[in-house]
Amino acid sequence: MAARSALSVKNATKNFGGLIAVNQMSFDIEEHEVLGLIGPNGSGKTTMMNLISGALRISSGHIQLFGHVISGQSASQISRLGVARTFQLVRMLNSMTVLENVEAGGVFGHRKLWGGSLQMQAVEMLEKVGMGDAVYSPISALTYIDQKRVELARALMSDPRLLLLDEWLAGLNPSELQIGIDLVNSLREEGRTIIVVEHVMDAIRSLCDRCVVMNSGYKIAEGTPAEVLADEEVIRAYLGDDHA
Amino acid sequence: MTRTEIRNFLITIVLFALAALIPLSDSGFWLSMGITIATYMVLSTSWALFSGPTHYISLATGAFYGIGMFTVGVGIELLPYWVLVVVAAVIGAVVAALVGLATLRLSGVYFVIFTLGLAELIRQIVTWVQTTMGSSSGLYVLTNITEPIIFWELLILGIIVYFIGWWINRSRLGFALRIIGNDEVVAVHSGINTAAAKIILFVVSGTVATIVGALLAPRLSYIESSIAFSPMLSFIVVITALLGGAQRLWGPIVGVIPFMLVWDFLTATFPNQTTLMLGICFLLVVYAIPNGFAGLIEKYSHRLRGRT
Repeated sequence: MAARSALSVKNATKNFGGLIAVNQMSFDIEEHEVLGLIGPNGSGKTTMMNLISGALRISSGHIQLFGHVISGQSASQISRLGVARTFQLVRMLNSMTVLENVEAGGVFGHRKLWGGSLQMQAVEMLEKVGMGDAVYSPISALTYIDQKRVELARALMSDPRLLLLDEWLAGLNPSELQIGIDLVNSLREEGRTIIVVEHVMDAIRSLCDRCVVMNSGYKIAEGTPAEVLADEEVIRAYLGDDHA
Repeated sequence: MTRTEIRNFLITIVLFALAALIPLSDSGFWLSMGITIATYMVLSTSWALFSGPTHYISLATGAFYGIGMFTVGVGIELLPYWVLVVVAAVIGAVVAALVGLATLRLSGVYFVIFTLGLAELIRQIVTWVQTTMGSSSGLYVLTNITEPIIFWELLILGIIVYFIGWWINRSRLGFALRIIGNDEVVAVHSGINTAAAKIILFVVSGTVATIVGALLAPRLSYIESSIAFSPMLSFIVVITALLGGAQRLWGPIVGVIPFMLVWDFLTATFPNQTTLMLGICFLLVVYAIPNGFAGLIEKYSHRLRGRT
């Protein structure tokens, strides 16, 4: 293998009773790569993300992070190994300040900062996501995109080896979207390894090196964004038989 | 330490020193009231250490308090009193750890119900053991420990609890608990071992309640399971902590003093309706001052500072 595999998913399956949400999924992501995980609603993308981050236990198969099996470990253990994530529905610590929300990501996880260095890093991270002037604001004063930025800053605080962005660009208006895309692009230029779950096609085209397409829990295509978006089965999954 | 911390530290020391003078005043009423207030100050403050940040409402205080009392009651003929206080603390810590391991995966109302049931469960076990062993239903604790000594013991325990609380608040553990109280999903994905953090605090809180029970045993001289494992005690601890404000370390004490003075009046005036009165107090606190006195004080002090 040329590049080192950052994450390797092998036959990952998750069933909820009789419903199989993720079925025999296998894919790899190289270090410094941005992988798009796409597919129609209900195709199992978020469940796949939850399996990687440990929010859900895998039913069968396994997942490795830099050669180390992480499936079966708890979310907190996986986070300490260097997986950080944002959530489909933004999750804020409402009774805490913006600064504390960001600090939360850098104390117990992959990095264990405290005191002055923690605060310095958190301020730096807020400046990076464009929130430098809201350090001491309460969460209730923030707009939706600002909350998303805070959540991203929190995830980055742990200096993750793998970053999971679950529909991080969803719900943004066109000008906010451009800011968001630029921000993720800056992370990519830093050399971060990222998996994005996204519906916004523009974002997928400009951000992703490679895409994995899911439908009804299965992987139906894999390749560059241009390849997969031209794939007949992918078009059928999104638009129905008539368009294929 | 920052300047405010030094100021608060000095204020705390002065208040405790003043409180320590109460037994010298030779007034039976105020000494007895002081012991009650000191008891609930320690219980509520330690309760809030766990329940304040995590929002897990525990009604297990009575269970731990009862364990402390009974440990002293059972062992007083066999071991010196001071050894028994230590033994009680160890038993309390072990029970808290076991209960924590078993229940902290429960959340919300399930946790509340379990902790409420715990006191009753332990009481039933104690009663069953006593009846099968053929002993009498109560135990005598006869010592030469007087009320002023009990009061001073409680004050010292109170100082220790404040110190522990202050230390936790500024530690990673305290930060972890605040994150857990806000959003447990974020907490686990930030790498926090939520079960361990909650169990540590539950053990601290349970151990303190057990020690309080052990310290108060000599005051009662005759211990019965229905008194030692009173659910009323657990409820009063919750009410006073909420009345004062469980978010601040000094919150519960601000709630305990007025509540106990009112409560003394209420129980004396309506001796047969105490449970009803407790319910009314609970509703009033929850509806009228949801953030407690601490919340009110901070709100108004912010406004005052905003104007000047």
